[in-house]
Amino acid sequence: MPRNLWQRVSLVAVVVLGSVWFLYPPTRTINLGLDLQGGIHLVLGVETDKHVASQTDRAAEDLKATLERKGIALRRIARDGDATVVVELASPESWNDALTAASELQNFERRDEDQAAGRFRLVMRERVINQLRDDAVRQGLETIRNRVDQFGVAEPTITRQGNDRILIQLPGIHDVARAKALIGKTALLEFKLLDERVSVEEALKGNLPDTDEILYQRRVDPDAKSERKIPYVVQKRALLTGAELTRAEVQADPNSPGNWQVSIEFTATGTRIFGEVTEQNVGKHLAIVLDGNVYSAPRINERIPGGRAVITGQFTVNEARDLAIVLRAGALPAPVTILEERTVGPSLGADSIRQGLIAITASAVIVFVFMLVYYRVAGLIANIGLGLNLLMLMACMAAFGATLTLPGIAGIALTIGMAVDTNILIFERIREELQVGKTPRSAIEAGFRRAFTIIVDTHATVLVTAMILYNFGTGPVRGFAVSLFVGLAASLFSAYFFSRLLFDVMYVGRRKVERVSI
Amino acid sequence: MIELFRNPSYNFIGRRSWAYIASAVFIAIGIASLVAKGGLKYDIDFAGGTLIQVRFAEPPRIERIRATLVAIQLGDSVIQEFGDPREFIIRMPLTATNAEEVTRRVQAALTSDASLGKVEIRRVEFVGPQVGRDLQLQAVYAVLTGLLCMLLYIAFRFDLKGGVAAIVAVFHDVLVSLTALSLTDREFSLSVLAALLTIIGYSVNDTIVAYDRLRENRGKFVLKGQTFEQQMNTAINQTLSRTVLTALTVFFSTAILLFFGGKVLEDMAFTLFVGVITGTYSTVYIAGALVVDWTSFVEGRFRRSKKAVAKA
Repeated sequence: MPRNLWQRVSLVAVVVLGSVWFLYPPTRTINLGLDLQGGIHLVLGVETDKHVASQTDRAAEDLKATLERKGIALRRIARDGDATVVVELASPESWNDALTAASELQNFERRDEDQAAGRFRLVMRERVINQLRDDAVRQGLETIRNRVDQFGVAEPTITRQGNDRILIQLPGIHDVARAKALIGKTALLEFKLLDERVSVEEALKGNLPDTDEILYQRRVDPDAKSERKIPYVVQKRALLTGAELTRAEVQADPNSPGNWQVSIEFTATGTRIFGEVTEQNVGKHLAIVLDGNVYSAPRINERIPGGRAVITGQFTVNEARDLAIVLRAGALPAPVTILEERTVGPSLGADSIRQGLIAITASAVIVFVFMLVYYRVAGLIANIGLGLNLLMLMACMAAFGATLTLPGIAGIALTIGMAVDTNILIFERIREELQVGKTPRSAIEAGFRRAFTIIVDTHATVLVTAMILYNFGTGPVRGFAVSLFVGLAASLFSAYFFSRLLFDVMYVGRRKVERVSI
Repeated sequence: MIELFRNPSYNFIGRRSWAYIASAVFIAIGIASLVAKGGLKYDIDFAGGTLIQVRFAEPPRIERIRATLVAIQLGDSVIQEFGDPREFIIRMPLTATNAEEVTRRVQAALTSDASLGKVEIRRVEFVGPQVGRDLQLQAVYAVLTGLLCMLLYIAFRFDLKGGVAAIVAVFHDVLVSLTALSLTDREFSLSVLAALLTIIGYSVNDTIVAYDRLRENRGKFVLKGQTFEQQMNTAINQTLSRTVLTALTVFFSTAILLFFGGKVLEDMAFTLFVGVITGTYSTVYIAGALVVDWTSFVEGRFRRSKKAVAKA
């Protein structure tokens, strides 16, 4: 008997049983890609510059408040670009005090000082800018993950891609517009006072103090189906934001039947601020602003102590539900834009699976028949090896949670054609050795031995290209790289080790072998 | 026993000039076609834009679809039948309006036109300008990295000369595949790129088998008295049946993908199909032949310089 026969047989048995164990039941263990099961693939770009700009704005506001408290008069303080604040003092006399106040902003460097003119610039440090950009993407990712979880999607993929991109894959979701609205909404909720000293007409002509801005409310007239935009003059400074929110629930709108509203509840801090704000501004109007749009601007009748508010705005139940989700999950630190979108409907995915299975089956049948006709018994051995190869390929994909895509199916069909190459190399070599007059047993021995290095070489080249492809590719193409790689790696075992074992069992074990069927 | 070839001794290398001419002519046609058509036709993966795949309940007339799109100012879209008379692909170039808006308008327009019947949106793809540009660059890197890795591998396992010749052969295969794509008006997409990279691996694979045989033969001194050209020819002949058999099985697989794999995979399968043929051809006629020519060129110079030394 050849060496270690039983060890080798047990190894094959372990591999087969292990494969079956990982694979059972196949409908649940194999991950299908979005192109096969349908769903949405999105790549979002995070506008990290805007996060930097908003932090710069905040710093400018802080500095302005500090200077005002110290009684230092300013001619101008404004953001210039994304990361620079320009400060101009009313008079150079307070220069030293102003510098002391400015040095408290540790994230900024002072530049272009001009004491005579009372002017300097604060530039955000490079390290801080990079940190903020990174934060914007990380927080954005976290927020989106939170929203998707609350929305309820089975097995979503949400990962960072490169510096400022977020990849989102939602299998089985087909309402694209709704999913995109849910994910892409910045959801910055702000409470801002109306500036009732300035009339809307004047403001629209451009006579607006720089502490104010014009925001619009959109109202859809349900009968005429037309949209109206109502302008409001509001103070730029937000008194309270969605960051101070703990709950957001959907309710029926009592004042407008068929419409829904979202009731919100503040944190302890939020409740205190809301109480103070409402107390100090009784009689004024408070605008509820979401992503720059006014939803309502009710009059404050009295101090509101309980920390509750309601957002109304002609919502359908789904809109209200999604709004509640995004408010609970929090605002994105920076706006996002859709860079890439791929949506596949469920029927197309089903068609692709059907055609893919046909291609794999047909390819397997042709190669099986070909090998059988050309190599007889040896061909049968190769075919059993091929079957083992496919089993191992699917089991590896299940075990590592790899995703099967449509190009991945093409990769499997191609693997069938390429994997028998190993057997062809060996068999051709055995035939040659037989031709020069070797006995069957030593021909088999020599065939396997001589073909080994070249088999390693041929595998290495295709495996290297598959790795490059995996590195480069996105979703579907990666699936192709994966099945090609795993399929070929498995063929080293199935086409070399396993068919060698079968040969040994059939020919080498016996005392006398007259001829080999090859 | 069925045998494709019994002790073949075709004079492949001797006829290499014909092969050089044939390849040069085909690639020249390809370059001409590329120039005439203004370069490769990029799929939206690389060019950016919006693609919508729709299926109607009844086969519609393509002019009806066009008329509907003209009504919403999307008349310059490309409309193509896609594998089935009821199924169409509508491609729109990048516009200022976002993909969602475009899709919504197309869907509304198609469903509101009663003469088209019921319509189902089966696939929507939008690729923004940044993504497309990034991918174009990455695609070039991927192909170059693939070629470089193969060069290094062969240089390491055999020699630099063989590596360079194999890479030229593989590059030839890439050019031939691109020519075939351009001549058949197919688009260059991500999956076509994947096919090209696979071809790079596959084609080198064949070449290595021939080189390996050449080295083995030289080690055994059985070929004493043969010129390098004859040695290479012998090695190619000895590995010929394996080359052709493997090419056949892979060829079957790709042919089946091409004809039964469905419309989405068609371009990828086509590239693989062409690649298998040219990959096999280039092993025999380009990679082997180039090593022979290079070797004789180097030996010729060596001999000349020796003569010069002797004269002096």
